[in-house]
Amino acid sequence: TEDRAGQRDYDLLVIGGGSGGLACAKEAAQLGRKVAVVDYVEPSPQGTRWGLGGTCVNVGCIPKKLMHQAALLGGLIQDAPHYGWEVAQPVPHDWRKMAEAVQNHVKSLNWGHRVQLQDRKVKYFNIKASFVDEHTVCGVAKGGKEILLSADHIIIATGGRPRYPMHIEGALEYGITSDDIFWLKESPGKTLVVGASYVALECAGFLTGIGLDTTVMIRSIPLRGFDQQMSSMVIEHMASHGTRFLRGCAPSRVRRLPDGHLQVTWEDCTTGKEDTGTFDTVLWAIGRVPDTRSLNLEKAGVDTSPDTQKILVDSREGTSVPHIYAIGDVVEGRPELTPTAIMAGRLLVQRLFGGSSDLMDYDNVPTTVFTPLEYGCVGLSEEEAVARHGQEHVEVYHAHYKPLEFTVAGRDASQCYVKMVCLREPPQLVLGLHFLGPNAGEVTQGFALGIKCGASYAQVMRTVGIHPTCSEEVVKLRISKRSGLDPTVTGCG
Amino acid sequence: VEQSPPQSPGPGKAGDAPNRRSGHVRGARVLSPPGRRARLSSPGPSSSSEAREELRRRLRGLIERSRVMIFSKSYCPHSTRVKELFSSLGVECNVLELDQVDDGAKVQEVLSEITNQKTVPNVFVNKVHVGGCDQTFQAYQSGLLQKLLQEDSAYDYDLIIVGGGSGGLSCAKEAAILGKKVMVLDFVVPSPQGTSWGLGGTCVNVGCIPKKLMHQAALLGQALCDSRKFGWEYNQQVKHNWETMTKAIQNHISSLNWGYRLSLREKAVAYVNSYGEFVEHHKIKVTNKKGQETYYTAAQFVIATGERPRYLGIQGDKEYCITSDDLFSLPYCPGKTLVVGASYVALECAGFLAGFGLDVTVMVRSILLRGFDQEMAEKVGSYMEQHGVKFLRKFIPVMIQQLEKGSPGKLKVLAKSTEGTETIEGVYNTVLLAIGRDSCTRKMGLEKIGVKINEKSGKIPVNDVEQTSVPYVYAVGDISEGKPELTPVAIQSGKLLARRLFGASLEKCDYINVPTTVFTPLEYGCCGLAEEKAIEVYKKENLEIYHTLFWPLEWTVAGRENNTCYAKIICNKLDHDRVIGFHILGPNAGEVTQGFAAAMKCGLTKRLLDDTIGIHPTCGEVFTTLEITKSSGLDITQKGCG
Repeated sequence: TEDRAGQRDYDLLVIGGGSGGLACAKEAAQLGRKVAVVDYVEPSPQGTRWGLGGTCVNVGCIPKKLMHQAALLGGLIQDAPHYGWEVAQPVPHDWRKMAEAVQNHVKSLNWGHRVQLQDRKVKYFNIKASFVDEHTVCGVAKGGKEILLSADHIIIATGGRPRYPMHIEGALEYGITSDDIFWLKESPGKTLVVGASYVALECAGFLTGIGLDTTVMIRSIPLRGFDQQMSSMVIEHMASHGTRFLRGCAPSRVRRLPDGHLQVTWEDCTTGKEDTGTFDTVLWAIGRVPDTRSLNLEKAGVDTSPDTQKILVDSREGTSVPHIYAIGDVVEGRPELTPTAIMAGRLLVQRLFGGSSDLMDYDNVPTTVFTPLEYGCVGLSEEEAVARHGQEHVEVYHAHYKPLEFTVAGRDASQCYVKMVCLREPPQLVLGLHFLGPNAGEVTQGFALGIKCGASYAQVMRTVGIHPTCSEEVVKLRISKRSGLDPTVTGCG
Repeated sequence: VEQSPPQSPGPGKAGDAPNRRSGHVRGARVLSPPGRRARLSSPGPSSSSEAREELRRRLRGLIERSRVMIFSKSYCPHSTRVKELFSSLGVECNVLELDQVDDGAKVQEVLSEITNQKTVPNVFVNKVHVGGCDQTFQAYQSGLLQKLLQEDSAYDYDLIIVGGGSGGLSCAKEAAILGKKVMVLDFVVPSPQGTSWGLGGTCVNVGCIPKKLMHQAALLGQALCDSRKFGWEYNQQVKHNWETMTKAIQNHISSLNWGYRLSLREKAVAYVNSYGEFVEHHKIKVTNKKGQETYYTAAQFVIATGERPRYLGIQGDKEYCITSDDLFSLPYCPGKTLVVGASYVALECAGFLAGFGLDVTVMVRSILLRGFDQEMAEKVGSYMEQHGVKFLRKFIPVMIQQLEKGSPGKLKVLAKSTEGTETIEGVYNTVLLAIGRDSCTRKMGLEKIGVKINEKSGKIPVNDVEQTSVPYVYAVGDISEGKPELTPVAIQSGKLLARRLFGASLEKCDYINVPTTVFTPLEYGCCGLAEEKAIEVYKKENLEIYHTLFWPLEWTVAGRENNTCYAKIICNKLDHDRVIGFHILGPNAGEVTQGFAAAMKCGLTKRLLDDTIGIHPTCGEVFTTLEITKSSGLDITQKGCG
């Protein structure tokens, strides 16, 4: 190693320049440490690559929310005539224009991240890293040039990449993933989205919203891990707004037809019957795999889960090697969310270099699925609450509401729904909040704090509403599921 | 002064004179079997809250079953005077001597929760809380007591509510659910321009609902501009049609009016579309549109008449100007508009009118959004200014002249400076007055029954159980003095009032940390204290203010301006950095603010904000990563992204 007089090159080396890694690097630099970040984007099987910032910025939250916004604007254009705007319908959508605008924004973010690292004197290497020993990493640059970097502390934050169904003929050659969709120059056209993850539903949602013929193929349950009542309402809403669903089906092969279209063959899992359809694009969204294979973790002695290949860590984010840590999506059993990775990274660095002992609290992490009707949640799902506390100890308050803006626009609000899962025993501690409706992310954030503060149902009910908003429905929840009363909100009261 | 603190044992310690329990009143019933200590709360190991609940129920029972119920102490001279008064009237009373029962102190506590009166005697006549000795004698002198003593069934209703707005309706529905006979009087006096509307009050007809819908219409105009950047293609210049929008909004309002009537009918609440005026104690005269008069009586009344827009009192104002009472149903596009005032109503209206592409000027006498955080208010104003709204600061109109009739016509406005002698003239199609609102309390005979109002503001002072100076008359909503003028507040206080009146609960309305949102083009949501108020209350050195500018993700691609949206929290350093003020200027501010308001109810601190994980990418997440304090003076502008 480059071990000059017992000195290693860096106090901290961060492998992976995504949300978590960058947060670590910046925090450590702020604490006066000598820090390096290595980041390298292995091109997707379709050849897509991108800049610094990781999944969230390049092929995740940011482009997806922007394309979601494009789709929402499509809905607003349809609302506009009801509100007096004389727009001739239908209004066509130009993928290229949207994609270019989104990609330009992402590129500006890439640039911003590089500037931030520079400002904080963090050394950035665009190299692909693998361990040589427990303090040394070998990096290979695009041209094949190698470089050795050593550090006292190493944080692995390499994230994950979409999984390909390698057993399916044609999957790799003809399919794309979320790594590609946001960087397509041309419209994907008629699209088959395979998978039931939030990535699958979000992509299908915005593709439908910008006017593309979109089908989602789901083998088992949608949004596994989320509240299943909410999840089925998300699907119901999408289905009633033009997304096609093929439930209980699994693809078996993809072929390119002479005219360039993709022919997908699938099997109905219950009847065993085969069926086919033709699409312009097939998007796999069947899950993600951690980016650990090329790291040579065994050289450093870092343990991974044999099932998932994710890195095993303790509550201090420490791996099996004392000075090697891991955060973000690459870690076993953590929520795969940008803000979680950022906070975990910052807390880790504060413990390493800032004399802090604060641990990351992975409970009650709020999140939002940006499907056409957004779904925000924090805390336990109803089934999880019942599993932990027993049916008789859980009280669920719920309401079907109609956003005011939907009325004049003549929109259907059948799936606008909110439920709060509480303990039944007074003061009825809130265990979980689930909100399906416009701006669910904005609505959920504040309540996540309430739940963090240990809010009770009674306290939430004592909060005065903000009228007229959707979020006020949360503080007006009066009907319990147990009562069997109609939870439809009528009027303002 | 009547005073018997709950814990003082008093001279008449129970047990030494059992016969004193029966008091001095002729025929008074003794509430406990002789020789045994009376208890109202059930003995046994039940939890204290259950026991308290049980005690409250029993007290309610006593009050409801007795024509006259006196909670007394045997040695209290004031109690004695009251008992003698009823005795002299030949009225049989139920008396409970609190010093002669085991749980007298508890009874007194619960009584003070029910009545907000801590002392004895505590007198109820036909279920109505009259008060202590002084109030009882006052009621006797005014004739109220005699009136109250008339049989309960003499009243037509248990409760009459004057005003069918948010507060009145919620109170009525709750009282009806509790099995009471309820009447709602609602009558809309047409505006000077002749505008009138249906059941539901300001919020539904000429407030929150139509304004949020027009705000939404304006936001859609912005969304249309944004949408081109997001790939939606249309070339034509999109025009806005006022009539189409207004018709759609009015249709929605009609359906709400209808919904309210239906819901009253379902709950068997009598609804009378007539004007109510008190004529004597417990009696109200109602006059319908045709001038027909009817009289109704009730045991208790709730006043929830709300407010109406104020006029300037200058030449031409009532003839030619409109107010928010007229705007939302205006049958024609208002055209070039002058909005007079800087209230949230003024800024909201100016905001959406400008959003439709109209030429809008706001004339401001002094400051924007009085009572709101002034830093935020100025930011609201400057965003509007950057988006085409003109502001004329420090001017007031002195005369309005009609130049041309029409829909809209042409008006000349003469205004003078508030600082000098300068005058200016302007020509507008429409002048909208939004300079404040006046309480509808002066023409309803309140003086006939002795309900005190604040002569200056017209508002009705109430105690913390919404009771006016007359024990059986209550007030909720915009007319109650010192309370936030907000629909959800009125709804909550009306509902809780009904529950307290009819024994379902003791919960009082909590007016602390009421969140609200101003629906200006850039929305402003807040909860808790304004910065200047916080400094006044806690002193600057005890506060830490965290703030940041932010750029909503959706604005980036849309090419909308950076460093415009702003978030600020005010923390009390002396109390664990508790968040005492929350302010956000940005899209969907209302949706963002609500949850934080709930968190503030639970004692939100800066530490908790820091410990909470953001939802990415949203605007709300900005509050979980606030780092820069105002006192540091550090730059909060966002360079580039992320």
